[in-house]
Amino acid sequence: MRPSAVRLLNVLVPIKRTIDYAVKIRVNPQQTGVDTNVKHSMNPFDEIAVEEAVRLREKLKDAVKSIKVITIGPPKASETLRTALAMGADAGIHVEVPEASPSPEPLGVAKALQAVIKREKEGVDLVILGKQAIDDDAGQTGQMLAGLMGWSQATFASKIVVDTEKKEASVTREIDGGLEEIRCRLPLVLTTDLRLNEPRYASLPNIMKAKKKPIEKLSASDLGVDLTPILETLKVTEPPKRTGGQKVESVDELVQKLKDAGITAVA
Amino acid sequence: MAATPARLRAIHLYKELHRLGREYPDPSYDFNGRMRRLFEKNRELKDPEDIERALKLGEYIKNETMALYSLKKYRHLKRTYE
Repeated sequence: MRPSAVRLLNVLVPIKRTIDYAVKIRVNPQQTGVDTNVKHSMNPFDEIAVEEAVRLREKLKDAVKSIKVITIGPPKASETLRTALAMGADAGIHVEVPEASPSPEPLGVAKALQAVIKREKEGVDLVILGKQAIDDDAGQTGQMLAGLMGWSQATFASKIVVDTEKKEASVTREIDGGLEEIRCRLPLVLTTDLRLNEPRYASLPNIMKAKKKPIEKLSASDLGVDLTPILETLKVTEPPKRTGGQKVESVDELVQKLKDAGITAVA
Repeated sequence: MAATPARLRAIHLYKELHRLGREYPDPSYDFNGRMRRLFEKNRELKDPEDIERALKLGEYIKNETMALYSLKKYRHLKRTYE
Protein backbone atom coordinates (compact mmCIF):
# COMPACT_ATOMS: atom_id res chain seq x y z
CA MET A 1 0.00 0.00 0.00
CA ARG A 2 1.45 3.32 -1.07
CA PRO A 3 1.16 5.86 1.74
CA SER A 4 -0.24 9.20 0.57
CA ALA A 5 0.53 12.48 2.32
CA VAL A 6 -2.59 14.26 1.16
CA ARG A 7 -5.72 12.20 0.90
CA LEU A 8 -7.59 12.83 -2.35
CA LEU A 9 -11.26 13.70 -1.92
CA ASN A 10 -14.07 12.13 -3.88
CA VAL A 11 -17.13 14.33 -3.71
CA LEU A 12 -20.68 13.19 -4.45
CA VAL A 13 -23.44 15.74 -4.98
CA PRO A 14 -26.99 14.38 -5.21
CA ILE A 15 -29.34 16.73 -7.04
CA LYS A 16 -33.06 16.77 -7.71
CA ARG A 17 -35.13 17.94 -10.66
CA THR A 18 -37.97 20.01 -9.19
CA ILE A 19 -40.60 22.39 -10.51
CA ASP A 20 -38.89 25.72 -11.18
CA TYR A 21 -39.05 28.13 -8.25
CA ALA A 22 -40.72 30.89 -10.29
CA VAL A 23 -43.66 28.75 -11.47
CA LYS A 24 -47.08 29.38 -9.93
CA ILE A 25 -48.08 26.05 -8.37
CA ARG A 26 -51.57 24.73 -9.17
CA VAL A 27 -53.27 21.75 -7.59
CA ASN A 28 -54.44 19.21 -10.16
CA PRO A 29 -58.20 18.57 -10.59
CA GLN A 30 -58.02 15.18 -8.84
CA GLN A 31 -56.51 16.87 -5.75
CA THR A 32 -53.77 14.22 -5.63
CA GLY A 33 -50.86 16.48 -6.41
CA VAL A 34 -49.76 19.52 -8.34
CA ASP A 35 -49.72 20.24 -12.06
CA THR A 36 -46.34 18.96 -13.25
CA ASN A 37 -46.71 20.02 -16.89
CA VAL A 38 -44.64 23.10 -16.15
CA LYS A 39 -41.03 24.24 -16.27
CA HIS A 40 -38.63 22.15 -14.18
CA SER A 41 -35.09 22.93 -13.10
CA MET A 42 -32.51 21.95 -10.49
CA ASN A 43 -33.52 22.42 -6.87
CA PRO A 44 -31.96 25.78 -5.86
CA PHE A 45 -30.34 24.32 -2.73
CA ASP A 46 -28.79 21.58 -4.87
CA GLU A 47 -27.35 24.29 -7.15
CA ILE A 48 -25.67 25.70 -4.04
CA ALA A 49 -24.35 22.19 -3.27
CA VAL A 50 -22.84 21.76 -6.76
CA GLU A 51 -21.34 25.25 -6.55
CA GLU A 52 -19.74 24.42 -3.19
CA ALA A 53 -18.16 21.26 -4.61
CA VAL A 54 -16.74 23.24 -7.54
CA ARG A 55 -15.45 25.97 -5.23
CA LEU A 56 -13.85 23.32 -3.02
CA ARG A 57 -11.90 22.13 -6.03
CA GLU A 58 -10.94 25.71 -6.96
CA LYS A 59 -9.59 26.11 -3.42
CA LEU A 60 -7.97 22.70 -2.84
CA LYS A 61 -6.94 22.15 -6.48
CA ASP A 62 -5.70 18.58 -7.05
CA ALA A 63 -6.79 17.41 -3.60
CA VAL A 64 -10.30 17.04 -4.99
CA LYS A 65 -10.03 13.97 -7.19
CA SER A 66 -13.54 13.84 -8.58
CA ILE A 67 -16.91 15.58 -8.32
CA LYS A 68 -19.76 13.30 -9.27
CA VAL A 69 -23.37 14.40 -9.44
CA ILE A 70 -26.20 11.92 -9.08
CA THR A 71 -29.92 12.18 -9.55
CA ILE A 72 -32.72 9.72 -8.91
CA GLY A 73 -35.61 10.55 -11.18
CA PRO A 74 -37.40 10.27 -14.50
CA PRO A 75 -35.58 10.28 -17.89
CA LYS A 76 -35.85 14.10 -18.15
CA ALA A 77 -33.73 14.45 -15.02
CA SER A 78 -30.65 13.89 -17.19
CA GLU A 79 -31.06 17.51 -18.36
CA THR A 80 -30.57 18.59 -14.75
CA LEU A 81 -27.44 16.42 -14.62
CA ARG A 82 -26.12 18.19 -17.72
CA THR A 83 -26.62 21.56 -16.02
CA ALA A 84 -24.63 20.33 -13.02
CA LEU A 85 -21.89 19.05 -15.33
CA ALA A 86 -21.87 22.45 -17.03
CA MET A 87 -21.31 24.08 -13.62
CA GLY A 88 -18.14 22.05 -13.14
CA ALA A 89 -18.85 18.47 -12.09
CA ASP A 90 -16.83 15.70 -13.75
CA ALA A 91 -19.30 12.88 -14.24
CA GLY A 92 -22.93 12.06 -13.62
CA ILE A 93 -24.93 9.08 -12.43
CA HIS A 94 -28.59 8.83 -13.37
CA VAL A 95 -30.69 6.33 -11.43
CA GLU A 96 -33.63 6.20 -13.79
CA VAL A 97 -37.11 5.89 -12.41
CA PRO A 98 -39.90 5.27 -14.96
CA GLU A 99 -41.88 8.37 -15.99
CA ALA A 100 -45.15 7.05 -14.58
CA SER A 101 -43.81 5.98 -11.17
CA PRO A 102 -44.42 8.15 -8.12
CA SER A 103 -41.60 10.39 -6.92
CA PRO A 104 -39.08 8.59 -4.70
CA GLU A 105 -39.27 9.43 -1.01
CA PRO A 106 -36.30 10.68 1.05
CA LEU A 107 -35.75 7.30 2.70
CA GLY A 108 -35.73 5.56 -0.68
CA VAL A 109 -33.34 8.19 -2.05
CA ALA A 110 -31.04 7.81 0.97
CA LYS A 111 -30.97 4.02 0.54
CA ALA A 112 -30.21 4.39 -3.17
CA LEU A 113 -27.40 6.85 -2.39
CA GLN A 114 -26.04 4.42 0.19
CA ALA A 115 -25.98 1.68 -2.46
CA VAL A 116 -24.23 3.99 -4.95
CA ILE A 117 -21.59 5.00 -2.39
CA LYS A 118 -20.91 1.33 -1.64
CA ARG A 119 -20.55 0.72 -5.37
CA GLU A 120 -17.99 3.48 -5.87
CA LYS A 121 -14.58 1.76 -6.17
CA GLU A 122 -12.70 4.84 -5.06
CA GLY A 123 -15.03 5.52 -2.16
CA VAL A 124 -16.73 8.80 -1.31
CA ASP A 125 -15.40 11.26 1.28
CA LEU A 126 -17.88 14.08 1.09
CA VAL A 127 -21.57 14.10 0.18
CA ILE A 128 -23.05 17.56 -0.29
CA LEU A 129 -26.83 17.84 -0.54
CA GLY A 130 -29.27 20.72 -0.54
CA LYS A 131 -30.98 21.22 2.80
CA GLN A 132 -34.43 20.62 1.33
CA ALA A 133 -36.18 20.22 -1.99
CA ILE A 134 -38.56 23.03 -2.89
CA ASP A 135 -41.26 20.62 -4.00
CA ASP A 136 -41.67 18.35 -0.98
CA ASP A 137 -39.78 20.48 1.61
CA ALA A 138 -38.89 17.24 3.43
CA GLY A 139 -35.35 18.18 4.50
CA GLN A 140 -34.68 14.55 5.44
CA THR A 141 -32.46 12.96 2.82
CA GLY A 142 -29.10 14.24 4.10
CA GLN A 143 -29.80 13.27 7.68
CA MET A 144 -31.15 9.84 6.71
CA LEU A 145 -28.11 9.16 4.54
CA ALA A 146 -25.73 10.07 7.36
CA GLY A 147 -27.66 7.75 9.67
CA LEU A 148 -27.62 4.86 7.20
CA MET A 149 -23.89 5.25 6.49
CA GLY A 150 -22.95 5.93 10.11
CA TRP A 151 -21.11 9.07 8.96
CA SER A 152 -20.80 12.47 10.61
CA GLN A 153 -23.27 15.08 9.39
CA ALA A 154 -23.32 18.86 9.33
CA THR A 155 -26.62 20.30 8.21
CA PHE A 156 -27.62 23.89 7.24
CA ALA A 157 -23.99 24.70 6.49
CA SER A 158 -23.19 28.31 5.74
CA LYS A 159 -19.40 27.89 5.60
CA ILE A 160 -17.18 24.87 5.00
CA VAL A 161 -13.41 24.60 5.43
CA VAL A 162 -11.86 21.22 4.62
CA ASP A 163 -8.50 20.07 5.95
CA THR A 164 -7.40 17.18 3.76
CA GLU A 165 -4.35 16.31 5.84
CA LYS A 166 -6.25 15.90 9.08
CA LYS A 167 -9.25 14.47 7.17
CA GLU A 168 -11.48 16.94 8.96
CA ALA A 169 -13.87 19.70 8.05
CA SER A 170 -14.80 22.76 10.04
CA VAL A 171 -18.41 23.65 9.32
CA THR A 172 -20.37 26.73 10.38
CA ARG A 173 -24.05 25.90 10.74
CA GLU A 174 -27.05 28.20 10.77
CA ILE A 175 -29.14 27.51 13.84
CA ASP A 176 -31.98 29.36 15.50
CA GLY A 177 -29.75 31.20 17.95
CA GLY A 178 -27.23 32.26 15.33
CA LEU A 179 -24.23 30.32 14.08
CA GLU A 180 -22.59 27.15 15.37
CA GLU A 181 -19.14 25.93 14.36
CA ILE A 182 -18.44 22.22 14.49
CA ARG A 183 -15.45 20.10 13.53
CA CYS A 184 -16.31 16.91 11.69
CA ARG A 185 -14.26 13.92 10.67
CA LEU A 186 -14.45 12.77 7.07
CA PRO A 187 -16.35 11.00 5.55
CA LEU A 188 -19.03 13.61 6.01
CA VAL A 189 -22.57 14.40 4.87
CA LEU A 190 -23.25 18.12 4.41
CA THR A 191 -26.48 19.89 3.66
CA THR A 192 -26.31 23.41 2.27
CA ASP A 193 -28.12 26.47 3.49
CA LEU A 194 -28.91 29.57 1.47
CA ARG A 195 -25.93 31.65 2.47
CA LEU A 196 -23.25 29.08 1.72
CA ASN A 197 -22.45 30.54 -1.70
CA GLU A 198 -23.99 32.04 -4.81
CA PRO A 199 -24.26 29.49 -7.63
CA ARG A 200 -22.71 30.32 -10.98
CA TYR A 201 -24.70 30.55 -14.18
CA ALA A 202 -23.57 27.81 -16.57
CA SER A 203 -22.17 29.63 -19.60
CA LEU A 204 -22.76 28.37 -23.14
CA PRO A 205 -19.16 27.11 -23.70
CA ASN A 206 -19.40 25.10 -20.46
CA ILE A 207 -22.73 23.64 -21.54
CA MET A 208 -21.11 22.50 -24.78
CA LYS A 209 -18.20 20.96 -22.86
CA ALA A 210 -20.64 19.20 -20.52
CA LYS A 211 -22.11 17.24 -23.43
CA LYS A 212 -18.92 15.20 -23.56
CA LYS A 213 -18.84 14.35 -19.86
CA PRO A 214 -19.99 10.81 -19.01
CA ILE A 215 -23.34 9.98 -17.41
CA GLU A 216 -23.74 6.47 -16.02
CA LYS A 217 -27.27 5.09 -16.18
CA LEU A 218 -28.51 2.80 -13.45
CA SER A 219 -31.83 1.46 -12.28
CA ALA A 220 -33.13 0.87 -8.79
CA SER A 221 -32.88 -2.89 -9.30
CA ASP A 222 -29.18 -2.53 -10.27
CA LEU A 223 -28.65 -1.07 -6.83
CA GLY A 224 -30.89 -3.60 -5.09
CA VAL A 225 -33.09 -0.82 -3.71
CA ASP A 226 -36.87 -0.60 -3.67
CA LEU A 227 -38.04 2.93 -4.41
CA THR A 228 -41.78 2.39 -3.97
CA PRO A 229 -43.18 4.97 -1.57
CA ILE A 230 -44.28 3.87 1.91
CA LEU A 231 -46.38 7.01 2.36
CA GLU A 232 -49.70 7.53 0.62
CA THR A 233 -50.85 11.05 -0.23
CA LEU A 234 -54.53 11.29 0.58
CA LYS A 235 -55.35 14.79 -0.55
CA VAL A 236 -53.66 17.95 -1.75
CA THR A 237 -55.53 21.24 -1.45
CA GLU A 238 -54.66 24.89 -1.85
CA PRO A 239 -54.34 27.01 1.27
CA PRO A 240 -57.55 28.97 2.09
CA LYS A 241 -57.93 32.12 0.03
CA ARG A 242 -57.23 35.36 1.81
CA THR A 243 -60.51 37.00 2.79
CA GLY A 244 -60.68 40.70 2.11
CA GLY A 245 -60.06 43.25 4.82
CA GLN A 246 -62.40 46.10 5.60
CA LYS A 247 -61.69 49.80 5.46
CA VAL A 248 -63.03 52.03 8.24
CA GLU A 249 -63.65 55.77 8.05
CA SER A 250 -62.76 56.82 11.59
CA VAL A 251 -61.23 55.62 14.84
CA ASP A 252 -64.69 55.41 16.45
CA GLU A 253 -65.85 53.08 13.72
CA LEU A 254 -62.77 50.93 14.30
CA VAL A 255 -63.48 50.75 18.02
CA GLN A 256 -67.11 49.85 17.31
CA LYS A 257 -66.13 47.07 14.92
CA LEU A 258 -63.66 45.69 17.46
CA LYS A 259 -66.36 45.72 20.15
CA ASP A 260 -68.73 43.90 17.78
CA ALA A 261 -66.08 41.25 17.23
CA GLY A 262 -65.96 40.69 20.97
CA ILE A 263 -62.62 42.34 21.64
CA THR A 264 -62.80 44.36 24.82
CA ALA A 265 -60.50 47.13 26.03
CA VAL A 266 -57.50 46.21 28.19
CA ALA A 267 -57.58 48.06 31.50
CA MET B 1 -18.34 37.29 -44.68
CA ALA B 2 -14.92 37.17 -43.11
CA ALA B 3 -14.79 35.34 -39.78
CA THR B 4 -13.03 38.19 -38.01
CA PRO B 5 -12.47 37.91 -34.24
CA ALA B 6 -15.04 40.68 -33.73
CA ARG B 7 -17.66 38.76 -35.70
CA LEU B 8 -17.02 35.60 -33.71
CA ARG B 9 -17.27 37.51 -30.44
CA ALA B 10 -20.51 39.11 -31.56
CA ILE B 11 -22.00 35.75 -32.50
CA HIS B 12 -21.02 34.19 -29.16
CA LEU B 13 -22.43 37.17 -27.30
CA TYR B 14 -25.67 36.93 -29.26
CA LYS B 15 -26.05 33.24 -28.47
CA GLU B 16 -25.43 33.78 -24.74
CA LEU B 17 -27.84 36.72 -24.54
CA HIS B 18 -30.47 34.79 -26.46
CA ARG B 19 -30.25 31.87 -24.06
CA LEU B 20 -30.44 34.24 -21.08
CA GLY B 21 -33.34 36.12 -22.61
CA ARG B 22 -35.50 33.03 -22.83
CA GLU B 23 -35.83 33.02 -19.03
CA TYR B 24 -36.62 36.70 -18.57
CA PRO B 25 -39.20 36.95 -15.75
CA ASP B 26 -41.40 39.65 -17.29
CA PRO B 27 -43.31 38.11 -20.23
CA SER B 28 -44.35 41.54 -21.57
CA TYR B 29 -40.71 42.64 -22.01
CA ASP B 30 -39.48 41.25 -25.33
CA PHE B 31 -35.84 40.72 -24.32
CA ASN B 32 -34.78 38.70 -27.34
CA GLY B 33 -36.61 40.92 -29.80
CA ARG B 34 -34.98 44.06 -28.45
CA MET B 35 -31.61 42.37 -28.30
CA ARG B 36 -31.85 41.32 -31.91
CA ARG B 37 -32.82 44.84 -33.01
CA LEU B 38 -29.85 46.30 -31.13
CA PHE B 39 -27.51 43.85 -32.86
CA GLU B 40 -29.03 44.62 -36.25
CA LYS B 41 -28.74 48.36 -35.67
CA ASN B 42 -24.97 47.93 -35.19
CA ARG B 43 -24.32 45.45 -37.98
CA GLU B 44 -22.52 47.97 -40.24
CA LEU B 45 -19.97 49.22 -37.70
CA LYS B 46 -16.46 49.44 -39.12
CA ASP B 47 -14.41 51.43 -36.59
CA PRO B 48 -12.72 48.97 -34.15
CA GLU B 49 -13.36 51.34 -31.24
CA ASP B 50 -17.09 51.45 -31.98
CA ILE B 51 -17.21 47.70 -32.31
CA GLU B 52 -15.39 47.29 -29.01
CA ARG B 53 -17.79 49.69 -27.30
CA ALA B 54 -20.83 47.87 -28.62
CA LEU B 55 -19.46 44.49 -27.53
CA LYS B 56 -18.66 45.88 -24.08
CA LEU B 57 -22.25 47.12 -23.81
CA GLY B 58 -23.47 43.65 -24.72
CA GLU B 59 -21.24 42.09 -22.05
CA TYR B 60 -22.53 44.61 -19.53
CA ILE B 61 -26.15 43.73 -20.31
CA LYS B 62 -25.28 40.05 -20.03
CA ASN B 63 -23.75 40.52 -16.56
CA GLU B 64 -26.64 42.70 -15.39
CA THR B 65 -29.18 40.11 -16.53
CA MET B 66 -27.31 37.28 -14.80
CA ALA B 67 -27.19 39.38 -11.61
CA LEU B 68 -30.93 40.06 -11.92
CA TYR B 69 -31.70 36.34 -12.14
CA SER B 70 -29.41 35.44 -9.20
CA LEU B 71 -30.84 38.18 -7.01
CA LYS B 72 -34.44 37.32 -7.85
CA LYS B 73 -33.84 33.69 -6.96
CA TYR B 74 -31.97 34.57 -3.74
CA ARG B 75 -34.73 36.94 -2.62
CA HIS B 76 -37.44 34.38 -3.32
CA LEU B 77 -35.60 31.64 -1.40
CA LYS B 78 -34.88 33.98 1.52
CA ARG B 79 -38.55 35.04 1.71
CA THR B 80 -39.88 31.51 1.45
CA TYR B 81 -37.39 29.60 3.57
CA GLU B 82 -36.41 31.96 6.36
